[in-house]
Amino acid sequence: MSQYLLAVHTEAGGGSHEQSMTPEEMQSFMGKVVALEAEMKATGAFVFTGRLHDADAATVVRPSDGGLVMTDGPFVESKEHIGGFYIIEADDLDAALVWAGKVVEAIDAPIEVRPFFEMPGA
Amino acid sequence: MPEDVTRTVTDRHATDVERVFREVYGQAVATLVHLLGDITLAEDAVQEAFVLATDRWPSNGIPPNPAGWIITTARNRAIDDLRRSARGRELTEQLGAVPSTSPAPGAVNLSEDGPVRDDQLRLIFTCCHPALRMEHQVALTLRLLGGLSVDEVARSFLVSETAMAKRLVRAKYKIAAAKIPYRVPAEADLPERLRSVLSVLYLIYNTGVDDPERAPLRSEGIRLARALVELLPDEPEAAGLLALMLLSESRVPARTAEGAVVLLGDQDRTRWDRGMIEEGQAIVRACIRRDLPGPFQLQAAIQAVHCDADSLDATDWPQLVALYDHLFSVMPTPVVALNRAIAVGEIEGPAAALTALDAIAADLDTYHLMHAARGTTLRRLGRRDEARAAFERAAHLAPTEMDRRFLAQQIEGSAEDGATPLRG
Repeated sequence: MSQYLLAVHTEAGGGSHEQSMTPEEMQSFMGKVVALEAEMKATGAFVFTGRLHDADAATVVRPSDGGLVMTDGPFVESKEHIGGFYIIEADDLDAALVWAGKVVEAIDAPIEVRPFFEMPGA
Repeated sequence: MPEDVTRTVTDRHATDVERVFREVYGQAVATLVHLLGDITLAEDAVQEAFVLATDRWPSNGIPPNPAGWIITTARNRAIDDLRRSARGRELTEQLGAVPSTSPAPGAVNLSEDGPVRDDQLRLIFTCCHPALRMEHQVALTLRLLGGLSVDEVARSFLVSETAMAKRLVRAKYKIAAAKIPYRVPAEADLPERLRSVLSVLYLIYNTGVDDPERAPLRSEGIRLARALVELLPDEPEAAGLLALMLLSESRVPARTAEGAVVLLGDQDRTRWDRGMIEEGQAIVRACIRRDLPGPFQLQAAIQAVHCDADSLDATDWPQLVALYDHLFSVMPTPVVALNRAIAVGEIEGPAAALTALDAIAADLDTYHLMHAARGTTLRRLGRRDEARAAFERAAHLAPTEMDRRFLAQQIEGSAEDGATPLRG
């Protein structure tokens, strides 16, 4: 078993399509997400999930001459930023991609699938 | 001259050994990947076995089952190497009780129909996994299944050997890190995954078209397609791809003259390879009987119609238009529309062809064959200045020297036409 990060990318500036949803659409959207997470848990694929605030709320901290420098905003000025993520367990990439497909279907946004580094002997 | 004779014999021997390596590489790597679960380890082991073979075969002769010899030797080498590392001890335990002393090389019975072929099929699906970018899929396929050297793969992409080596390392890193499986996809995913494999093989073949430097890629594409058909005899699209390649290849001897492309209508059809045409047409007939048409089978059927005709005028154009219509319904690309427009022009005349071409011209503005087709059509209509402009645009966009030479001839020809249309 390996772990994969399914990183959900959303548009910066609160442009998430959720905000333009009607209450009915919102309910249907939440229903899909809840059902998907229930399926992940039932099959043992679920490890963790989290939703992030907008990239405007990000702070970058980097080393500088033995001290630290902080900058307001995300690493890269980009239209799309990570807005949330799932961590799942899967046998291989094909299995992870099946979950990725289900997530995309539920939330209608692109996601990036990244394998976790496996510690030798872990 | 005894020295020359010796050199010739040694050269021939070296060539034989090289040929065997090329043929055996794909099988050996596929088997070792299955055994070790890692492409890099598998390649290293096969490389070690080749080094040993280079040392022994010239004096002892090539063994009766060279593939078996290489695979057994590589396997033993890999196991010996693995025993020396902690991670290796774990792996060797997983591999089961493997004797530490090497069995006689070639003792393992590796029949062609057995697990070796299944291993190659698994590996081709790994190499052509859609999670890998297309250029990596092609490079991996040529290297791991085609047995081309890194330098040969680099030359077929027109990049340096260092750049190609890096590209291959990156692709193999992704396979290992993301755990792209070594597995023939499940029935439900097979059609889509097979399309990806077929596209890679067709791209390999096409890269060798009209470019003498890269001509070996055509035979490599055909060889891989043939192997795929043997591995997946029930997949009509795989057969369709092989037929398409054979029928295209049959015309290669007539396709060029003095380093320039020769149009279908001007080709000496007696120079077409009858053997390839017969094989390709037999496959197309078998596909038609199976009646599960797909893009590659339809393209093969189109080529089969061309190969049936003794001349351009004797070509069954209505049949071709019907096939292009069918192809467009499953593969609605502007290139298919372009070829359909050309076929329509042969029935209804150049004015109809031009209307059809102009309708799709915007979609294919950077495609040299679009402008070449417009040039030919305009020339037939006697509109020589426009024809010349179209050929010039085509020459500017043409990817190969052969295309450019052909187009230069057309530019010159359209200047000489005067006001007389070429054909009615």
